Amino acid sequence: MEMRIERLGSTLVAKLDGELDHSCAAEVRERIDMEMNAGGMKNLVMDFDKVDFMDSSGIGVLIGRYKRVNALGGKMLVIRTAPQVDKIIKISGLDKLMDFE
Amino acid sequence: MDNYIKIEFPSLSCNEAFARAAAGAFAARLDITVEELADIKTAVSEAVTNAIVHGYAGSCGMIEMRCGVVGRTIEITVSDFGRGIEDIALAMQPLYSGSDDEERSGMGFTVMQSFMDSLSVESELGVGTTVTMTKRAGADFDEK
Repeated sequence: MEMRIERLGSTLVAKLDGELDHSCAAEVRERIDMEMNAGGMKNLVMDFDKVDFMDSSGIGVLIGRYKRVNALGGKMLVIRTAPQVDKIIKISGLDKLMDFE
Repeated sequence: MDNYIKIEFPSLSCNEAFARAAAGAFAARLDITVEELADIKTAVSEAVTNAIVHGYAGSCGMIEMRCGVVGRTIEITVSDFGRGIEDIALAMQPLYSGSDDEERSGMGFTVMQSFMDSLSVESELGVGTTVTMTKRAGADFDEK
């Protein structure tokens, strides 16, 4: 899993590239949390354009980030998810919890 | 069984991607939709991750995956020889996680159940766990 980070004001944009599963979940969450802390970031955009696979480990990553961003009083947005990713997001009920575009 | 494969690999996290790709390649020879193929890969990923995270929980052991086909039905079993599950019904409840890691979603069995046509779990404490899942390929074509 590769990740590119961009900062737009107080918003962190994490562009993920690869497959999000248990093997990289810890690395992804640690990197995002570190980048959020480092810049005093409040909002988080996770760009899934280049993620062609995610399993329930990714659900854990999304819920965990959502809780942290919420605690900061910020907003979280998940964008450009593939159909396979959408399906697992729906089954877990995440689509009712956070914003997707 | 018309055809089958059997693969053994150690419970290393990097083998999750290998296992789902292998199951996908096996299933791809049937008349199957892109969505069904993705469902199978996702379910396999969940089963193998469970074996690594719960079956062996930090230690390393072997995982055995069999993929077979009868007619148009694919049957996949994922077995570990680890700790076993004490209460299968509890483990299968949505959002229940038997892991201390608070960022495990507890959705693994729910995903397997939703993405496959059938799911059964056999487990014995100290002996291991076998998950058996089936899916009929091309069911999406039937409906049209």
